[in-house]
Amino acid sequence: MRTPIARAPQDTRGTWKTYLALVAVLAVSAFPLYWMFVVATSTDAAVNSIPPTVTPGDQLFVNLHEVFSMQNVYFTASLINSVIVAGVVTATTLFFCSLAGFAFAKLRFPARNALMFVVILTLTVPTQLGVVALYILMGKLGWNGTLLAVIAPFMVSAFGVFYMRQFVAHAVPDELIESARLDGALTLRVYWSVVVPAIRPALAVLGLLTFVATWNEFQWPLITLNGTEYPTSMVALSDLASGNYVIYRRVLAGALAATVPLIVLLLIGGRQIVRGIMEGAVKS
Amino acid sequence: MSLTAPPRPPAVRRRPPDKPQRHWLYRFDVKGTPYLLIAPFFLLFAVFGVFPLVFNAIVALRNWRLDDPDANGWSGFDNFSRLFTDEDFWNALFNTFGIFLLSTVPQLLLALMIANLLNRRLRATTWWRVGVLLPYVTPVAASTLVFAVFFTRDGGMANWVLSLFGIGTDNPINWRADKWSSWIAIAMMVNWKWIGYNALLYLSAMQSIPKDVYEAAAVDGAGPWRQLWRITVPMIQPVVVFTVVLSTIGGLQLFNEPMLFDENPAAASGGSAHQYQTIAQLIYKVGWKDLNLGYAAAMSWALFLIILVVAGLNALATNRLSGGGRK
Repeated sequence: MRTPIARAPQDTRGTWKTYLALVAVLAVSAFPLYWMFVVATSTDAAVNSIPPTVTPGDQLFVNLHEVFSMQNVYFTASLINSVIVAGVVTATTLFFCSLAGFAFAKLRFPARNALMFVVILTLTVPTQLGVVALYILMGKLGWNGTLLAVIAPFMVSAFGVFYMRQFVAHAVPDELIESARLDGALTLRVYWSVVVPAIRPALAVLGLLTFVATWNEFQWPLITLNGTEYPTSMVALSDLASGNYVIYRRVLAGALAATVPLIVLLLIGGRQIVRGIMEGAVKS
Repeated sequence: MSLTAPPRPPAVRRRPPDKPQRHWLYRFDVKGTPYLLIAPFFLLFAVFGVFPLVFNAIVALRNWRLDDPDANGWSGFDNFSRLFTDEDFWNALFNTFGIFLLSTVPQLLLALMIANLLNRRLRATTWWRVGVLLPYVTPVAASTLVFAVFFTRDGGMANWVLSLFGIGTDNPINWRADKWSSWIAIAMMVNWKWIGYNALLYLSAMQSIPKDVYEAAAVDGAGPWRQLWRITVPMIQPVVVFTVVLSTIGGLQLFNEPMLFDENPAAASGGSAHQYQTIAQLIYKVGWKDLNLGYAAAMSWALFLIILVVAGLNALATNRLSGGGRK
């Protein structure tokens, strides 16, 4: 006989079946990464053997060396470029979005609500569809093929403004701002000494999400940077996979090198990334 | 009146900074600074987000070729009318919708199941959630290349697993060769990438359902499965609609997976007979391989309108299906 469950699911303890299912989910999530590692550490013979080899080999450094020394792929430079691009985009997003979020949350000015509505509206605009015109614009500016072309379009995000506004509204008490003003602090001063210290957790969340998203950006960098000496790591990866004769252990060694930084970020900041995604959902 | 005497500060100063220029500064700080703070967002978004979308419409109405810059000029609706007879466009549209269906439906259903699993009292709660995000942080370029190896015809993992069940032992599946097989392969990549992310969105909504809703239903003896479909799903309906719209917008612009699944990504052809070429990929090919930016811009606008319509329809349908009808 089934006993009625008198509890909400979130108060119900997970049974062994729950854990078993979750382990399966985790295995599927991690498998391609594991497989990437296996191929990246193997010889050609091991990669092509049937049945497939399922344990890592010892060729990782051989394969990585081949990737990094390949002509016309610029893999080393591409990793540095990716760090620069994702780093600059993250810094500007945090700065501009927290400034705007602060203004929308705590300052009074005409048309504030209308402007905030515009921000929310822009959340739904698929800007990717403007790539043709963006390419022409970058051509006029002379930025195509440079890192500026992949930094400038991502320097702010509507989600960032929205997220910051919500956080500032809750995390910064009005009295704190008022007392800083009574001491004669101008708005920018209030931002820097009152708001920024209070919203550090939100900055970490938005920073991680932005860094990951920018690092993984593929379509626009491919359009503007392909064929130059300044690819991002995603563009270099597609170069690695193009050509008449593709060597899988080499391609996946490159993929591994471009993935590891993000896995490390997930291990360090996983809690923040999870939080960012879950909070974004409730507020959308 | 004498011009010599500026307004004198009061004899008793309460605060030292009460000089005239400070007044001006404070007034600006109240009236102007707020706009200064929001200006960077609006300026950058206008220049690099909105302007390209609008300018795209102008480019679409012109001859605009990268290989022949002199041949530019207004071309009216030529670029748009060409779409109607372009077999590549209709083929790509068909592929895009096929892959979209194969990826969205299983993706969201599985995300719901996983969210339901995570919505329990668990040990190491955070780590399970971080675990399902592994695909989300993995660069799509990198994971697609893994799947490309996974789905090779000879010696690929997928065919090997199938051969264990006696499928395709004599004649292994050439995953890239046909529409159905390449669509399944690509849809699997998309599903893998986004299930965990959507699961967290659902989980977040599930945890804000008031507990007494469940307690009331438990009296009626609803088991866990009925509980999920009768209580949980209708209660998180806004987020379900949100994810449907989100994956519509993303799915119809699918680019990375079909691009890198190709044996020669640089061609952007989506297979030997375009069997998995998507619209976004075709836009890239028309614009930067055929060098016809005008036509690529027209195609972008067509895709924009399609996304608008489909996202709207999907939102309506989901609203109905997931229990919104009951209000």
